[in-house]
Amino acid sequence: MSYQHSQLGLATQDLRLESLFSGWRRALSPTGNTGDAVFRTLMFSAGLLVLLIVVAIALALAVDSLLSIRTFGLGFLTSRQWNPIRGDFGALPFVYGTLVSSFIAILISVPLSLGIAIFLVEQAPRFLSRPIGFLVELLAAIPSVVYGLWGIFVLAPFLRVHVEPPLGQWLGWLPLFQGPITGIGLLTGGIILAIMITPIISAVVRDVLAAVPDTQREAALALGATKWETTRVVLVNGAPGIAGAIILGLGRAIGETMAVTMVIGNRPEISASLFAPSYTIASAIANEFTEATGDLYLSALVELGLILFLVTFLVNGLARVLVWNVTRKTAGRAA
Amino acid sequence: MLRKADQFRRISSSVMTTVTASCTFVAVGILAVILFYIAMQGVGSINLQFLIDSPRPVGEGGGIGNAILGSMVLLGLSSLIGLPIGIAVGVYLAELGTGRFGGLVRFVVDTLTGIPSIVTGVFVYAIVVLPLKHFSALAGGIALGLIMIPIVARTTEEMIKLVPHSLREGALALGAPQWRVTLGVVIPAAASGIATGAMLAVARVSGETAPLLFTAFGSRFFSYYLDQPIASLTVQIYNYAISPYDEWHAQAWAATLVLMTLILSVNIVVRFLTRKRF
Repeated sequence: MSYQHSQLGLATQDLRLESLFSGWRRALSPTGNTGDAVFRTLMFSAGLLVLLIVVAIALALAVDSLLSIRTFGLGFLTSRQWNPIRGDFGALPFVYGTLVSSFIAILISVPLSLGIAIFLVEQAPRFLSRPIGFLVELLAAIPSVVYGLWGIFVLAPFLRVHVEPPLGQWLGWLPLFQGPITGIGLLTGGIILAIMITPIISAVVRDVLAAVPDTQREAALALGATKWETTRVVLVNGAPGIAGAIILGLGRAIGETMAVTMVIGNRPEISASLFAPSYTIASAIANEFTEATGDLYLSALVELGLILFLVTFLVNGLARVLVWNVTRKTAGRAA
Repeated sequence: MLRKADQFRRISSSVMTTVTASCTFVAVGILAVILFYIAMQGVGSINLQFLIDSPRPVGEGGGIGNAILGSMVLLGLSSLIGLPIGIAVGVYLAELGTGRFGGLVRFVVDTLTGIPSIVTGVFVYAIVVLPLKHFSALAGGIALGLIMIPIVARTTEEMIKLVPHSLREGALALGAPQWRVTLGVVIPAAASGIATGAMLAVARVSGETAPLLFTAFGSRFFSYYLDQPIASLTVQIYNYAISPYDEWHAQAWAATLVLMTLILSVNIVVRFLTRKRF
């Protein structure tokens, strides 16, 4: 009796395995071909691997920053003290430096990128727009460390001599433009970031504008609109995508490391002046990670990395959704 | 005669064209200035000795030979990791990734491209450097490989999607299973595009510095051992640029010229190869 029972159990288990296997094969390959099943499994695991990498990054950073999270809690984000010797770690100066430098970058880069994209898509003749578009894209191919080198030896001295003194003279009544002029600080960091994200924003805006259906332009022109009025119609149509492009550029600016590290001065202080040295989240990690002595110090730096990861992931995700809604919809319609 | 309002509209239209053209001019001008400085500052220090020597103390010359070797080792390693996985992900997205899960993978790949490379560096430090207890070329290669995956995946997906459907349908009609169609017909048809995408990805990570700072770390000696710290062009440029010595600054410019020559030529060659497609 018991023998029979166990045999029956084995048989149903076999059956279940068999049906599981064929179910897997059918799910993966509608044709029932084993080669297809293997191929699909391999490709599927590659896709799965990408998801696992993201989860692993989040987990590894979270685990290694536990010590810092437990010690400082939410105060990590609101404390201005960053003193490795005393063991005080507060990220507020880095958050401030990151936000202000990225904001300067966006402020400069958005009008510039919009101008470039409008010129290349709406106004320049085709024989001009392609090679010039390539040149603008080349700006994105220059490595961050090269921007940093150029920033230290060319841009910073130029700003110190030709830009910051007049700013201090004319706008010195604003706290933004007060204090000693060194050429190394928030303003220089923001400007170098602006140069770096301009090719990125303008490339995405170009795609967005190109995805606006020509019927919109034809309708505007047929109503007697000038070239610029037509462009404005196109801009309104592409607005969500343009917003996405700007957010994408913001994400890049927040995470940009080397160039900023080399020109921002790396001092964990909050100052109202744009001439003053500052520090960003990314540059703090780059600058202090190898020197971090002690578990708490290292953990605090990893927590900075975790914050950077979460923020850029959210920002990029939001940007992608906005851009996709514009470009993929029209791409699908055309296909 | 035009009415005043119409005149204003026409003038403002041409003014805006001028404004957008100047924006473009500014961007191209900045590119020209940067490249000009690199060429001017770099060309003076470049000679054969500089390209094959390893670094020496200030005042004794020295070169970037070990950094060039190190960068090559790191790029080779990262290609071994990043290219196969990236291409597989791209094939998955193009050929199979139509459903919800495919959409999720596509979204994550797109978002991964925007993750700062320094975060990848911290991650690799946590999972490779800490367990092994020292910096290594392996860790640097893994970090760069991880950065390559989403870049290669997206270009591969786009290149495969350019392959006409008639090719697929022809192969399927002859009775080939899907895997033979993909591996034997679609991928070969997209191979040149995938290869150029791979070249661009290699050029892109060859300029990465931040993820190497605490993975490959850097070294002042020739090394090809995977379990030891290794030099790279970018980290060497960084270290020399922030040093207080004029001689090292000159060497940083020269090393930058070498790096930029590589990156620009890859970009221009790729552009030349793909000019018909885009």
